[in-house]
Amino acid sequence: MTREWLLTDAPQTRRQARLGALYQGWLTFRANRLAVLGLVILVLLLLIAAFAPWISPQNPFAQDLADRLKPPSAQHWLGTDALGRDILSRLIHGSRVTLFIVGTVALIAPVIGLFIGTVAGFAGGWVDQVLMRVTDIFLAFPKLILALAFVAALGPSIANAVLALAVTSWPAYARLARAETLTIRNADYIAAARLQGAGPLRLLIGHIWPLCVSSLIVRVALDMAGIILSAAGLGFLGLGAQPPTPEWGAMISDGRTYILDFWWVAAMPGMAIFVVSLAFNFLGDGLRDVLDPKGGRE
Amino acid sequence: MTLLSVRDLRVSFPTRSGIFEAVRGVSFDLGRERLGVVGESGSGKSMTGRAILGLVRPPGRVTAQRLELEGQSILNLPEPQMRRLRGARISMVMQDPKFSLNPVMTVGRQIMESYRLHGKGDPRAKALEMLAAVQIRDPQRVFDAYPHEVSGGMGQRIMIAMMLAPDPDILIADEPTSALDVSVRNEVLHILDRLVRERGMGLIFISHDLNLVAQFCDRVLIMYAGRVVEELPAADLTRARHPYTQGLLNSLPRLDRPVDRLAVLQRQSSWRED
Amino acid sequence: MLRVENLNVWFGFPPDRVDAVQSVSFQVPQGQSYGLVGESGSGKSTILRAITGLIDTWSGDIRVADQAVAGRKRSRAFHKAVQMVFQDPYASLHPRHSVDRVLSETLHLQGMHDIDRRIAQLLDAVGLGSGFRFRYPHQLSGGQRQRVAIARALAAEPRLLLLDEPTSALDVSVQAEILNLLADLRRERGLTYVMVSHDLSVVAHMCDRLAVMRQGRIVEEMDAASLRAGRAQSEYARELLTASASYDRGWSGA
Repeated sequence: MTREWLLTDAPQTRRQARLGALYQGWLTFRANRLAVLGLVILVLLLLIAAFAPWISPQNPFAQDLADRLKPPSAQHWLGTDALGRDILSRLIHGSRVTLFIVGTVALIAPVIGLFIGTVAGFAGGWVDQVLMRVTDIFLAFPKLILALAFVAALGPSIANAVLALAVTSWPAYARLARAETLTIRNADYIAAARLQGAGPLRLLIGHIWPLCVSSLIVRVALDMAGIILSAAGLGFLGLGAQPPTPEWGAMISDGRTYILDFWWVAAMPGMAIFVVSLAFNFLGDGLRDVLDPKGGRE
Repeated sequence: MTLLSVRDLRVSFPTRSGIFEAVRGVSFDLGRERLGVVGESGSGKSMTGRAILGLVRPPGRVTAQRLELEGQSILNLPEPQMRRLRGARISMVMQDPKFSLNPVMTVGRQIMESYRLHGKGDPRAKALEMLAAVQIRDPQRVFDAYPHEVSGGMGQRIMIAMMLAPDPDILIADEPTSALDVSVRNEVLHILDRLVRERGMGLIFISHDLNLVAQFCDRVLIMYAGRVVEELPAADLTRARHPYTQGLLNSLPRLDRPVDRLAVLQRQSSWRED
Repeated sequence: MLRVENLNVWFGFPPDRVDAVQSVSFQVPQGQSYGLVGESGSGKSTILRAITGLIDTWSGDIRVADQAVAGRKRSRAFHKAVQMVFQDPYASLHPRHSVDRVLSETLHLQGMHDIDRRIAQLLDAVGLGSGFRFRYPHQLSGGQRQRVAIARALAAEPRLLLLDEPTSALDVSVQAEILNLLADLRRERGLTYVMVSHDLSVVAHMCDRLAVMRQGRIVEEMDAASLRAGRAQSEYARELLTASASYDRGWSGA
């Protein structure tokens, strides 16, 4: 598989065409240095989460009150918290919780949004009216407040936090998907498919979804930072993961009492949230170059 | 007298597979005349016009041995100077007025704006005068209208009025009539023709339509793959020698000469080189 | 083959209702090629869209092969018999679907078997060859895209092909290739064409008869020979002829 074989404008097989399209995308993505950096960070995060028990230097739950609130040192690289637990180990284990929350939200919310938005845009008429009014109702509440209300009603836990975040973030995707659908719906290629007798379900799934999905993916990657922050916010307020589960937002919350004298307790998880959010933003930017045909490439 | 002198103009864009040259060594002189630039899509005709106006955006690169407006080099001028030049001395009319007029500003204000940047005297009177000059019957009404309230042909006339208000030396018209119906097209062309002639401007008329250019211009450049393959007086177009020009002429269906099959242009790679 | 009787098409509701086509009647016998010419907004493309059911706000009588059609729904048999080629080949192919996907989906929808062999045949028929099978639209030129669009229209083996300005977005040399291809296909397959165009010389070249339209009405019907000879009855058709010809005069007589 040489470069020429992949980049040819005249692929000879379905496989060559697919791989070629992927390689083109990768080349575009690679041209964006920051996006590659974002990808590297996220891959590292995935590896860290996967191998957390093996790479974390100490037990994240082991308390050592004699060693509490120690600054970063050779023994505790990022210091210890109020109960003498190793912050680095807690961050490493916390990455699992964070990844679980954002990963699940990123799977649920856009799918709901895609489904509701494209159906509303494609069907039009009263279906559109009903679905979009429901969307408007959800959009009318501030996101975090709505999530708070859900968690408060359902009881604090990671699963409920995920549910609350997913339920509050789908409307934006539904709006986006509907707007895309409205422009695609009247395109000539849709008319041409209709003339071949294609039914609405086929048009929706085979023709409209592939075009909406790419802009949704970009949007999700860019929203990811916000989702992490919301998850951390819920954790901070004690409505997400429950102690002693190491969750980044909850860790910041624990550290806030000591923030002036023992800054590292809150700052270390804060840094982790910052780095991961930034990585997602870079990644989203690179994905936009690849997936968004309106991005101004020739 | 030579208004614009172009020697070995080149426009290149970096691509994944190396450098793509959209214009490859175009040379011509423009006097107070109507010069047609004809070619198919991808021939580099529009890019030539954009390069003269300094509208090639990076990473595109423009080079030339010479690009002079009345003896003064305008090659890769800094943007502020170029902006002063555009409109005042070289203007451009684009294909579709829908995309070149500001939708939230009345027609009159737009003409006054373009005039105020470069001209002297009462802009309002001048704008009305220009609207009358492009044969708009009720200039006062059109003056207060928004672009969406006028038809395509009217929009193109407004564009011409706007571009000619500051009395430029050179007008570059890029497919100014291809979005218009035939009847409107002829009117717009007549107006353009009269104004250019009366004001002694140089006109570069970029088009894909050989017949139109032959009728409308004095001299024609035929471009293929970024190069000028043939230059000849418009009246002699039927006696064109280059096989590409002949091929283009023959591939057109014609009302006065029915054929069973249209002649198909056989492109030759030698046309890309000298 | 096609018979249109007293067709009216409108958009919107009163008081904003626009009557795009008003009491238009014409018929096209089997194997003929019929042209609809007129300026933009004359309603010529709207007629095609009403026939195919892409617009459902119409009244009148449309019959294809003596079968009446109604409203928006079209039968399977209709889709097999009538196909359309659109004006802009850059807008009529799905940007993410390869040629292979477009043609195989079409063949599948039309209930065809032996899809691999048929795709090869279709690509040969439109002069592309199987080398083009796995390309995406962005890897094709305008002319090649229009060939793919024609292949898609031919997949169902239709008898009536509606051509909506099929070459107006293309360069003249490519236009000649596509017009020749369409003429060959019509001869080989005994197709019936209805062609919409604003270019009188293209219509004169392709069609046997034509209708001149203005503001939603047919102003005049004539045959290609009258068009070439400039024998128009109505004033508007004469005007249109002169306007189209006026920039030919300089050199066509030379």
